[in-house]
Amino acid sequence: MTAIDNVELEIGEGELFGLLGPNGAGKTTLISILATIVQPTSGSASVCGFHVQRDQDKVRRSIGIVFQDPTLDDELTGRENLDFHGRLYGLDAATRSARIDDVLNLVELHDRRDDLVKTYSGGMRRRLEIARGLMHRPRVLFLDEPTLGLDPQTRRKIWTYIRDLNDAHNMTMILTTHYMDEADSLCSRIAIIDHGKLVALDTPSGLKERLGGDLLELEIAATDDAFLDCLRESDDLTDMHLDDHTLVLTVKKGEAFIPWAFEQARAKNVEISSVSMRKPDLEDVFIKLTGRTIRDEGVADSRELVRIYTAGRRR
Amino acid sequence: MNLDPAVYTLWLREVKRFARNKSRLVGSMALPLLFLLVLGSGFGGFFRYRSNVSYSQFIGPGIVGMSLLFSSMFGGLNVLWDKQFGFLKEILVAPVSRSGIMAGKTLGTVTTSMVKGIVFLSALVAGGLAKPDPLGLLIALVFMFLISACFVSLGIAFASQMTDPHGFQLIMNFFIMPVFFLSGALFPLEGQPAWLLVLTYFNPLTYGVDGLRYALGCPHQFSPITDVLVLSLFAIVTNTVGAVLFRRMSV
Repeated sequence: MTAIDNVELEIGEGELFGLLGPNGAGKTTLISILATIVQPTSGSASVCGFHVQRDQDKVRRSIGIVFQDPTLDDELTGRENLDFHGRLYGLDAATRSARIDDVLNLVELHDRRDDLVKTYSGGMRRRLEIARGLMHRPRVLFLDEPTLGLDPQTRRKIWTYIRDLNDAHNMTMILTTHYMDEADSLCSRIAIIDHGKLVALDTPSGLKERLGGDLLELEIAATDDAFLDCLRESDDLTDMHLDDHTLVLTVKKGEAFIPWAFEQARAKNVEISSVSMRKPDLEDVFIKLTGRTIRDEGVADSRELVRIYTAGRRR
Repeated sequence: MNLDPAVYTLWLREVKRFARNKSRLVGSMALPLLFLLVLGSGFGGFFRYRSNVSYSQFIGPGIVGMSLLFSSMFGGLNVLWDKQFGFLKEILVAPVSRSGIMAGKTLGTVTTSMVKGIVFLSALVAGGLAKPDPLGLLIALVFMFLISACFVSLGIAFASQMTDPHGFQLIMNFFIMPVFFLSGALFPLEGQPAWLLVLTYFNPLTYGVDGLRYALGCPHQFSPITDVLVLSLFAIVTNTVGAVLFRRMSV
């Protein structure tokens, strides 16, 4: 099975780059190749100028990775997990202890540093994993679904860390997510991936502009061709289709278009019973590009979580 | 060229986890102790073998070997839990060699298994079932190390081929228990039928237990040199196989 099919990407230094796509799209595989965990069957990739297959060790030294599934030793304390990581990356004792304090303060876990990880909540574990990924000051940090399954407050907190790290250290960050709002609010550029293929690559606003404006829905009692023709003549209209009694429009300036449309309706004696308008989000972009919603596979996803959870309890 | 930091790091982790878990140490002592007490007194009356040793004295070294076999195998299989809980990924993505990881994991588990073995041995000495001289103790430690090194890497080899820890029971029933029962830990090999002898001769634990008997002043069958050589050979083979399989393992 091909998990990643001819994806061509270049990510600049200091970028906060998002890989967006539904579960199973190939985001994790892509990250795993870049992090030297999975070997590509064809093609090539390099990180910080190092080839992922030929210079595996150099790549590993320059990257940090926060995996999608938990990868902490919960029988060690938070501090010990960080210390273990520091040792594996060859940091000496003084550097280790300074960095441990550093990263623990950053993720606000300093007061829990000597507690066993098994006593941590999900959000705390996630924060500890992010802290661990920073221990060796990587030039590139990979974050695989960094906020999966976390509550809204913790998600926002993690977003803040990610943004701050990117700003303060000019650290290149590559994150995968299937949360539209996450990609939208964090990333400077987004690659939309579906079935292992690169579907689009642009800034969040650039992607949304592709939709051609705001989404407007007018509910009308009866179809009136004269009214529709009249709307069609507007320069601001980029798309229009009738869905039963709902007129779905894409218009450039929705705020100005609505009063104008109402005037036309009154003139043509068409009754509008309701109106709604919203700014397009990445979900709309995704639907337009792939023809389906990003959460189509959502059911399988929650089943997967349950499986991991039950397996986890057997220890 | 520095020593691979993975060796010490992984060793330290094993030891820390072990030191933290006193209940596991106590738990792992229970089964060997049960074997010693129940079998020792149960069969003690029927045991006629070179009359100067009691049955409890005879199986004492065998039970030390059992304790080492169990804790070493399970220590190796612990790699599976690290796989299951993702921690193995954290280790494997670090800029360290797989052989360093394997060596650290092996040495760490050998250390903790030997601690358990030594605790059990002390219990034997305290109970008057073994009266080793200092040199004998030293030799016993060598054999304990070899037994453990042999089975830890076998555990890792098994773990690298399995995907989830539910196969533990299978390994327990079809590998660990046969190895234990076919090692001469519970009965002398002299006068056993040929089919049984063949199986015991291909079992590294046989030589480990025999060596321990020698070290602790019990009647034994092979010369200690033979024991060391055969056991070392087994250990080299299992470590090589374990290292190769571990290197090929994907997560």
